[in-house]
Amino acid sequence: MDFRDSPEEAEFRARLRAWIAENDPGLPASSTDDAYWARQAEWHTALYDAGFFGLSWPSRFGGHDLPPVFDVILDEELAAAGAPPRPSLGYLVQGITTHASEAIQERFLPGLIGGRERWCQGFSEPDAGSDLAALRTTARRDGDDYVIGGHKIWTSYSDVADWCFLLARTDPDVPKHKGLSAFAVPMRQPGIEQYPLRMINGITKEFGQVVFDGARVPAANMIGEPGEGWRIAMTIVSHEREPSEVGYVSRYVKTVKDLEAKVRADPDAYRSDQRQAVAWAHVEAEMHVRRRLSERLDGVDHGPGGSVDKLLMTWVEQAVGHAALAASGPRAVVDGEDVALKIYLYSRAQSVMGGTSQIQKNIIAQRILGLPAG
Amino acid sequence: MDTRDTPEQAELRRSARQLARDLGPHGVADLDDEKRRERLAAAVRDAGWLELRQDAGDGAPLAGGVEAAIIAEALGEAVADVPFAGPALAADLARRAGASPVEGAVVGFATDLLDVAVVSGAATDAPTLAVDAAAHGPVTAWVLVPDGDGFRLGQVVSESAGDGADLTRTIRPIPAGTPVRPAPDASRRLAREDLDAFAALGLAITSADLLGLMRGVLDATVAYARDRRQYGVPIGSFQAVQHLLAEARCLIEGAQSAAAYPAWAVDELAPGEARAAGRVAKAYCARAARTVCETAVQVHGGIGNTWDCIVHVHLRRALLSSQWLGDDGEQLRQLERTRLGVTHGFS
Repeated sequence: MDFRDSPEEAEFRARLRAWIAENDPGLPASSTDDAYWARQAEWHTALYDAGFFGLSWPSRFGGHDLPPVFDVILDEELAAAGAPPRPSLGYLVQGITTHASEAIQERFLPGLIGGRERWCQGFSEPDAGSDLAALRTTARRDGDDYVIGGHKIWTSYSDVADWCFLLARTDPDVPKHKGLSAFAVPMRQPGIEQYPLRMINGITKEFGQVVFDGARVPAANMIGEPGEGWRIAMTIVSHEREPSEVGYVSRYVKTVKDLEAKVRADPDAYRSDQRQAVAWAHVEAEMHVRRRLSERLDGVDHGPGGSVDKLLMTWVEQAVGHAALAASGPRAVVDGEDVALKIYLYSRAQSVMGGTSQIQKNIIAQRILGLPAG
Repeated sequence: MDTRDTPEQAELRRSARQLARDLGPHGVADLDDEKRRERLAAAVRDAGWLELRQDAGDGAPLAGGVEAAIIAEALGEAVADVPFAGPALAADLARRAGASPVEGAVVGFATDLLDVAVVSGAATDAPTLAVDAAAHGPVTAWVLVPDGDGFRLGQVVSESAGDGADLTRTIRPIPAGTPVRPAPDASRRLAREDLDAFAALGLAITSADLLGLMRGVLDATVAYARDRRQYGVPIGSFQAVQHLLAEARCLIEGAQSAAAYPAWAVDELAPGEARAAGRVAKAYCARAARTVCETAVQVHGGIGNTWDCIVHVHLRRALLSSQWLGDDGEQLRQLERTRLGVTHGFS
């Protein structure tokens, strides 16, 4: 066991730290401010062009073939500098590299990793949330194309996306898990309507609804085989649940540091329970930093272990949310634009998005603890 | 960076778990089996675990904090009723003071269990607690004697055992007025950094003990939830029960991540940094352990509230390991001081 950097890791860290010092765009937090999304693409390409993005992904698609520990260093340094987190794409990259043909990988991975083409993920529907396999969006074969009809929801960043990783029913005559296929659907075409969602903290740029009505996708854009959609979706959601693929750690550490600085400026202005909430958020965030590291280095568990990490990450986010609310005290209700209020309200979504905490607990109980299904 | 066990550490983990499982109590009645206890104590002694923080000859310990934590975790998992953390911490303190080891010695703590007892006169002026000592016979406990801006190592002797909450480890109260003698050939004065490093080890070891006992009690509880039937089905098939156990599993994973860092940091980082890492781990592990043990009692139902069900042995051990060197509330209080600049109420 050795938490110290190797010489290569130390060199990378020093180079990265120097670059961040010069290039931190000073964006507001993605979770509280729509302004983040206006410049997120720019941040992605800046990181990528400097050689600091896609570190552990294949170099033939624009990655760097580095061991996973370099992603941890990236997250640590972004956190230490208070810079924005790296864009969360790992789960889509994993889905494509695991299931797609060589041709699809070559066509799409470089643009996805390099940030030249932007993606959203069309899985959930109004009547298919936790029960994802109940989804009703259809893809009907028509010559060399499929024609898409249906309604997707919680489609993050759909309004700026060039492509949608879409899950649709291609065979209505087989059991629900077997009739699904995945596609790379071009988003800039007629037959697609966008409806942004306003979340409880007021942000409007993160989540959207997308209605497909006669949109077309070439059959060659199918990812994997017909009927493979459920397996692909499971690959993606299990990665989506791994904090290693989302890198929120920098957001948590930055928020905790900001809260600590606020309290430190006048500790006597805070009650002990308010200070304790902030101290506890530090404990949770530090745990998460260590977790990220061991999770990456012990060999990532792409199975049900992702549910453990998702639940832990949720507890971190919500502890940070509670600390922000506690430290803000009455300001959070006097000022509806209070950042702490927004951080707190946003944190409530973490136990729902990417699979609810209840679903994660079912998975842990049955697939890790081996308890019998009810 | 590589947070995995080295092959030697993996082997130590395997053999420590084996030993603890073989010789630790398998039920509450086993706690009264004196012969088994003696075999366990002999095995721990023969394995050399009580000496691993002694001086290797160059001032460094024979083994690292990681190894100490691996053993503590294994013994915690089996609620092994044998002194380990007490003698290991005593060996660490004696080494830092340049003193010769004394067999069976432990550390004397102030009655709040937070810090090593400080004695300025010829005899103790307040009760002192010798934690995790042998159950029988006289025991030496190290204390601190002020010396300039540091401390010398002193010793007091405990003559009789006590009766604490933990059924697997002994706390001996040493009454006020007990004479203090200098530690044999203590050649170094203990500075602030020495005590920070010592505390870091204590936080790492008690965190590891909590981590282990959480694993042990969850395993027992999951097995019970598979076996115990109500309404014609195993209670583990009910979602309400599954979710309690799934949460416990996550807390254990978080505790493992938090606890590994200070165990390594004890020998590798500056003492203040190591102690801060220990505070984070202890805060997390103490809070998690109480929840996990309470879940275990709850899932065992009525039987879980009876003396003969093993889970209160874990819960009671968790209470001592939490309090010893400070529970979650105490660690948060210290984090308020170090990170938030709170000064009042601190001396």
